[in-house]
Amino acid sequence: MQWLLLILLIVVVGFVISAYNRLIALKGETLNAWKQIDVQLKRRHDLIPNLVNAVKGAMDFEKDTLEAVIQARNQAVKLQASASPTGGIQALAGAEAALGAALSRFNVVVEQYPALKATSNIGQLQEELTSTENRVAFARQLYNDTATSYNVKQQQFPWNLVAGLAKAETVELYEIEEPKEREVPVVDLSMKPKA
Amino acid sequence: MSTANLFEQQRQNRRRSAVLVTVFILFFAWIGFGGDLVLYLQSGGAEPGQYRHTVPLVGIAVTLLAIGMTGFAWRTGAKQVLSATGAWELISASTDDERRFVNVVEEMAIASGLPKPKVWIVPDDDPNAFATGIDPKTAHVAVTRGLLKTLTRDELQAVVAHEMAHVRNLDVRLMTLLAALVGVIAIVSDVTMRGLRFGGRGRSGGGGKKGGGGALVIVLLVLWLVTVILAPIISRMLALAVSRKREYLADATAAQFTRNPAALASALEKIEHADAPTKAIKHGVAHLCIADPLGRRVTNREGFVADLLATHPPMARRIARLKQMAYQYEKTGELVEPAL
Repeated sequence: MQWLLLILLIVVVGFVISAYNRLIALKGETLNAWKQIDVQLKRRHDLIPNLVNAVKGAMDFEKDTLEAVIQARNQAVKLQASASPTGGIQALAGAEAALGAALSRFNVVVEQYPALKATSNIGQLQEELTSTENRVAFARQLYNDTATSYNVKQQQFPWNLVAGLAKAETVELYEIEEPKEREVPVVDLSMKPKA
Repeated sequence: MSTANLFEQQRQNRRRSAVLVTVFILFFAWIGFGGDLVLYLQSGGAEPGQYRHTVPLVGIAVTLLAIGMTGFAWRTGAKQVLSATGAWELISASTDDERRFVNVVEEMAIASGLPKPKVWIVPDDDPNAFATGIDPKTAHVAVTRGLLKTLTRDELQAVVAHEMAHVRNLDVRLMTLLAALVGVIAIVSDVTMRGLRFGGRGRSGGGGKKGGGGALVIVLLVLWLVTVILAPIISRMLALAVSRKREYLADATAAQFTRNPAALASALEKIEHADAPTKAIKHGVAHLCIADPLGRRVTNREGFVADLLATHPPMARRIARLKQMAYQYEKTGELVEPAL
């Protein structure tokens, strides 16, 4: 009888240890994936002043577009400082989405200046921009996958029994909440004169 | 089957190649220790004082040889492959193509959650790519100059994703092990056949009919000899079967990294149409490449022989599978690997 109890105790302790370690490992992976997003966002924010400087002279009359990019960037930088997996990610994701929209408008404008593409290093900067956008997207993909499996695991039985012990809490996903950001833009090709 | 999600499919794929590897190792054990068994039974009728085969020396020797060869390939494999193809390491990018390539590799390192591999360029105008290095920390990804010129950014990304998938799935490690085992089996088979020729002549002269031990010994002996004679072919086919499974798995994993199976499909189409053999890439590296570099038409045919002899699955089937994935992904937003 005593032996049985002892074996039971060993099994329980063994389970608690392994479940605890699993949760801690997942938490570490999530934080790591978050750090990757952080690095890539910083890269994106650092790239923008270079981009703006490269075109400032040639695009003086497109000031609005440039202003919009700079403002969106500053807003994103501000929110990035306070974001972490336990809070602030969704606000940051919104700001970054706004910045992405401003950048794609900017790209459209650059395409209208063939002279600009020929003379400056804008081609190289555009490759940098494409790559940076991809990095942000892939870092986000990895983070969301990792964070989702962390969130699911800590609620599943029997891992949920040690979730408190491992200080596991649900983390925010990097995604856009506002339905406006998700809306598909309406393109009017009917060529009717605008009222 | 086809409704299981991608990760489940990948798990199944891995299980299937685990079965193949197990079969391979059992086959290998039979070649080594089976020989010992035959010798043991044959010397069973020996009188006291005569030699009796009780220690499985053949098996031990063969295993040690395999460990040695694998260890050697493990250490020097990556360097040998890279120098055999004449690749040079891209340390600081200078042209637009190179910059784009380095960026794409870094993006895929992020998507796969692996450290950034070393980046190499093979001076060859035929589009191809391969990965090597036995663990993700010391991995190398190499592409040909032709690949950088031919593919769009998305297609290049897909090809690099396929190579990073090989790195993450530890395929180089697996294929290095199998190649070493195939090599040892070839040696064992060769030695046995030579020994048979000499031994046969000696025995017929002495007329020794002493060994004995009954029908079982003769059946086992014949069985063992037949397998040993066929072993080089069988082992190579098993290794190729594993290789093809890993190609499908790498295609699916690449789609998981990029979420863009269509780009890999169109990259494969372009690589296939430029069907000049990749001269810089030699026979021994073929199984590591994204497409069979030897331009063997066998990869383009479907059918029994093609299925057994190719390092890669038929291009048409890989492309069709990827297109199916792309269609599904577009429609349902879910990545599903089509059943084999």
